[in-house]
Amino acid sequence: MTLRVLRPGILMTVQDVGRHGYQHLGLCPGGAMDPVALALANALVGNGDDEAALELTILGPDLEFGADTLIALCGAEFEANIPVNRPVLVEAGKLVHIGRAMRGARGYLAVAGGLPIEPVLGSRSTYLPGHFGGHEGRTLRRGDAIPLVANIAALSQERFARLKGKNGRSVRWWAPPLTAPDREPILLHVIEGEHYARFDATTQRTFLDTVWSIAPDSNRMGFRLGGAPLLGPAQGEILSGPTCLGSVQVPANGQPIVLMADHQTTGGYPRIAEVAYADVPRLAQLAPGGRLHFARCNLEIAAQLRKALRERLDSALHGIAWEYGN
Amino acid sequence: MLDLEVNAFVQRLAAAVHARGEPWIRDVVPALGGLALHFDPDFEGVISDVAAELVERCMKEGLPDPENVGREVEVPVCYDRVFAPDIEEVAARTALSPEEVATRHAAGEYRVLMIGFAPGHAYMSGLDAKLTVPRRATPRPVVPTGSVAIANEQTVIYPYAIAGGWNIIGRTPLTVFNASRAQPSLFTAGDRVRWRPISAAEFEGFPK
Repeated sequence: MTLRVLRPGILMTVQDVGRHGYQHLGLCPGGAMDPVALALANALVGNGDDEAALELTILGPDLEFGADTLIALCGAEFEANIPVNRPVLVEAGKLVHIGRAMRGARGYLAVAGGLPIEPVLGSRSTYLPGHFGGHEGRTLRRGDAIPLVANIAALSQERFARLKGKNGRSVRWWAPPLTAPDREPILLHVIEGEHYARFDATTQRTFLDTVWSIAPDSNRMGFRLGGAPLLGPAQGEILSGPTCLGSVQVPANGQPIVLMADHQTTGGYPRIAEVAYADVPRLAQLAPGGRLHFARCNLEIAAQLRKALRERLDSALHGIAWEYGN
Repeated sequence: MLDLEVNAFVQRLAAAVHARGEPWIRDVVPALGGLALHFDPDFEGVISDVAAELVERCMKEGLPDPENVGREVEVPVCYDRVFAPDIEEVAARTALSPEEVATRHAAGEYRVLMIGFAPGHAYMSGLDAKLTVPRRATPRPVVPTGSVAIANEQTVIYPYAIAGGWNIIGRTPLTVFNASRAQPSLFTAGDRVRWRPISAAEFEGFPK
């Protein structure tokens, strides 16, 4: 059984939680840009958190399901002919139309049983620069057939039958969208980067005072920030050092780059800041033109933010499990 | 800026940390002059303290000897002009013949300083001082897979076709990075690399 792509939208790929343990070989973890929304979508269809889903970007696809399939769409708020943020039992042969993201930029469409694609290095995530993982290592196209689990109809019906508060082919309740931006500019917490002190005081202040916007040439590797260009550090070349999800690099042209899921594992540009892990999924929900600003924090606050996000997600996951009668 | 002793120390420390197999560390990444420990985001300890303690413990227990970090890797490389679009320019800049550039490049003993920039992309020290040339003024939009290139005091191999600004002086028929292999990367930091010059005919004879 498969789901067919009738219209691919913009940049639709297969993603899961990513492949860890290969950064020493130059391979980033990759995976969902917004892992929080992925976790919610998986939970809504009764999956474990390590299943792969479709990552949609800004404009969603038209999909046709070859069998009755339990699906859920989370993350950005897309125009769609299905209710979002909740489980929906789609009938065999029915067209699911997903249009523009009205709030946020990335959506996750999970299906019951996950996407049974052969993992590469322990993950089904598509790594576009390396042309591997996911569906043939590439963005999905019109006509692609994505595999569903063999017993998809029975599994979907069985799971749907367990759900409380049913209303036709969906339910009356929904999961909270935890990462879609309420209003812009969004606030991102940063700690000082390794080279923060090398920038002069004016540049440091400009970095924190500027309302930045996501530049059009941003992608899964990194978000380029438009705004007043920053003056680079006066002295010396930077020795290429390790980078991280959320590292903010300042290349010679002064336009900062925030490293996202498919980032390079090392970099030779000075790093002015590091975005707190808990804030990266919200950043992933900004489309080009989306606005943000930075506020300084420290490691302790960053850890508290991480714990608070974990608790909000766990609370939502427990709520969904309860609806399944678990 | 680059200190080879610091680099070797970073690799020894990385090996020691990695060998401990701490479950809350997802990645241990040695770079040119620094080491990154990537923590599981659900780890609830005070990361800075825990990391400092871990490093201290590794130091106390003793780091592996440099010769026990990395392996010996022999890399066939063809310096034929078809694979070496920049070898004449390098020859002109260094007042050597293209053949001498190839001979001097192949003669060196190299060490992998860091994997970075792209999966499997190895930066190596050990280049003959006579072959020191700057990067190209304009990077190429696509460098062919397996290209062996030099700039400043280092040499690299491009693991797949990506943009790059180093001077291409040869190509290896080996697959540098393949995600479907048990060992996806031909190189890891600390490897000692020797080149084996091959002819264009031998290059073509390698299994694809």
